[in-house]
Amino acid sequence: MGDATGPERAIGNLVMLLADATGTGIADMLSHPFIRHALLAGTGIAVACGLVGYFVVLRSQVFSGDALSHVAFTGALAALAFGFDARLGLFIATIAVGLALGLLGNRGHADDVVIGTVFTWILGLGVLFLSIFTTNDSTGNGTAGVTVLFGSIFGLSGSQAVFAAVIGLVICACIVAIARPLLFTTLDPDVAMARRVPVQVLGVLFLGLVGLCAAEATQAVGALLLLGLIAAPAGAAQRLTHRPYVAFWLSALIATTCVWAGITLSYLIADVPPTFAIMAFATGIYATTFAVTAVRRQRGHLQDQVPMLP
Amino acid sequence: MSVIATGLTWNVSEDLRQLFEFHFMTNAFRAGTIVAVVAAVIGWFMVLRRQTFVGHTLSMVAFPGAAGAALIGVAAAWGYFGFCLAAAVVIAAIPRTRGHSFSEESAVVGTIQAFALACGFLFVTLYHGLLEGVNSLLFGSFLGITDSQVATLFWVGVGALGVLAVIGRPLLFASIDPDVAAARGVPVRFLSILFLVVLGLAVAEASQITGVLLVFAILVVPPAAAQAITVRPFLSLLLSVAVALLVTWLGLTLSYFYDQPVGFYITSLAFGAYLLAHAGRWVTQRVRNVRSATS
Repeated sequence: MGDATGPERAIGNLVMLLADATGTGIADMLSHPFIRHALLAGTGIAVACGLVGYFVVLRSQVFSGDALSHVAFTGALAALAFGFDARLGLFIATIAVGLALGLLGNRGHADDVVIGTVFTWILGLGVLFLSIFTTNDSTGNGTAGVTVLFGSIFGLSGSQAVFAAVIGLVICACIVAIARPLLFTTLDPDVAMARRVPVQVLGVLFLGLVGLCAAEATQAVGALLLLGLIAAPAGAAQRLTHRPYVAFWLSALIATTCVWAGITLSYLIADVPPTFAIMAFATGIYATTFAVTAVRRQRGHLQDQVPMLP
Repeated sequence: MSVIATGLTWNVSEDLRQLFEFHFMTNAFRAGTIVAVVAAVIGWFMVLRRQTFVGHTLSMVAFPGAAGAALIGVAAAWGYFGFCLAAAVVIAAIPRTRGHSFSEESAVVGTIQAFALACGFLFVTLYHGLLEGVNSLLFGSFLGITDSQVATLFWVGVGALGVLAVIGRPLLFASIDPDVAAARGVPVRFLSILFLVVLGLAVAEASQITGVLLVFAILVVPPAAAQAITVRPFLSLLLSVAVALLVTWLGLTLSYFYDQPVGFYITSLAFGAYLLAHAGRWVTQRVRNVRSATS
């Protein structure tokens, strides 16, 4: 850099200045404990949602996720209304309903009118618990419903963040452990059954995991939006590659990116809630993949539509 | 509410007098009646056409609509109707893609819904005063409905039902057997677009009473209950309106006399009606089976 000309030196200075500013900016951001908690919990939640979401989309069980989001709301508020930790109701309700959906799912598919009817009522019950909680609660915590519905990743305490991260790790371990047989049963249930893969047990186990994941995601983005965190990264990953395991991990990577970027954006612009920022990145990435595949198709790179068996 | 009312008694006239003692409650009943009729009729076609999922998506869009209207300082009705109509037109414009897997479509829809709700949440946060009102946007409220709001609901409802009255017969035909209808020269595609627009209006109306998350309680459940009871079109349409009216009136009354929110009562009553309808059908089928076995 000894004899750099004027403009080069100016650009070099500018880059250094920017790197410096970003460096201190990141250090600044990380100096807040609530950001550290959000990043810790958010990473665990995002990786879990990305990995589970891949199979949710592949098995076309997005609507089970939708159902579980209703249950998450009612479960959390029922626990609050009766004076327990919201997480207790959240996890019990979503895991129980997830397992129940898995067990009932074998007896033919319920149609959307029945599903809509039942889950509207479940939400209605949630409203009842919300009103019981807000009238009985002496601390005057009137925004509990909003918190459960839309999440508050910046409001997590240290222990809550560690808890979310640990549960996230457990979900990841479980889904990685059953990934191979689950992929097999998803892509070709008949052959899998013939090969003595326990198709039904896997299906129930998987929906239980989705329930756990829904409860986990509720802490970050809220009950109403957890569907986005489960569906969008997985949908994007499946558009980018047809190789199952690549898409599986790519989905987790995209989800994590969305959460980190969302937390950062929300930190920089105080008016933007983290939930919106995370969802905006997830939707943006998914929308971009549509453009990418359209371009690829025009160039004729896209040959096969079906994911290949490993 | 129980601060001003003393709870339900068996003295019906005294209860009714208490119920309509305040103007806001009269307006709530007017609005509820309009919405129940419009939603039940249009919802009946929606259930018949198996388009409940579209209705679900439209109701999710109503939330950013209402919150956005509050943010830029116009009446919430503009937001509800504007966003729902726009969303209906967009959904109608999407060509029926073939070859794409169902799993992809559901992922897209799920993402769009979550994003719509997230946008609503952003608007709510930007408009700092609204945070307590979120619950009423989501789960419904019957407080503070003004005369002009009732008038808007009425005229939009009349418009929607008027369109439906004109296209009702061909729409029924096209819903039950689209291929034959198309062969007979019924403009199936045009009808389905027009119906989506009408559905957008109905969802926008219903979400102002039940809240965006509980729209199904008067849009889907009463028609579903009616269609479980009878297969005759006109009769089940009337039944559907009756169930919706009953559910809305009872829900408003209970919510006025007791503390629980109106959304809880309307969903629970609707769900009860649905269960009753199915139980009734089950029993009549059993009776019929036994009779045919004995004779």
